Amino acid sequence: MGPWLTDRPIDVGRLLADVASAGAGGTVAFLGTVRRSAEDGEIAAIEYSAYEEMAEAEFDRIVAEAKARWPDARVALRHRVGLVPLGEASVAIVTAAPHRAEAYAASRFLIEETKRRAPIWKKERLASGEARWVDGQPGGG
Amino acid sequence: MTSAGGGGAARDDAGDAVRVTVRLFASYAEAAGREALSLTLAAGATAADALAAVRAQRWASRLPPSPAVAVNRRYAGRDVTLRDGDEVAIIPPVAGG
Repeated sequence: MGPWLTDRPIDVGRLLADVASAGAGGTVAFLGTVRRSAEDGEIAAIEYSAYEEMAEAEFDRIVAEAKARWPDARVALRHRVGLVPLGEASVAIVTAAPHRAEAYAASRFLIEETKRRAPIWKKERLASGEARWVDGQPGGG
Repeated sequence: MTSAGGGGAARDDAGDAVRVTVRLFASYAEAAGREALSLTLAAGATAADALAAVRAQRWASRLPPSPAVAVNRRYAGRDVTLRDGDEVAIIPPVAGG
């Protein structure tokens, strides 16, 4: 369970431990990381900001939906806020289930719903010193 | 309900108005130069009315035609009726993950 947001580097080992159980036959760890991209110039870091109270509530809802769809899955999730340097994870999702199919499906659901609904924004900080907001998805429940 | 005295011909009759906080984020907060504002709206006002009031502000040309809206930390339709003390948020396109 939450809090889902953190301003520190994500400890994936901790998330793996959170979902570990004797019944887990398949565990999936997904990391979204800040990357360099040719079309965007030299990105030094991405600054994430959130409507924090709502993001926590929206993650509660997203995780509850995943648990309703895959009742045997165990789920851990963290999303960074603040400055995330190139190469570090901005989001980590770990799912464990008796069989890999549910673990993969729950993982995919969680990242897609996060991107679609979590009230989180990012500003690219370029090596040149420039900063710009990244266009996102419309948002909505 | 009668207003609580003082101040002469005040129009702060609590029964006829709802006060809401509007929160702004990311590019919208930057355009507005602030992260929140207070609105007093007529009783029965909806999220659409709050949006219309925000649009009257100078910076609001930055807002798209139909931005996503949340009421009390949950996405809401434009037609939801607001209550005194509600927190309305105008949600810029989201980019988490």
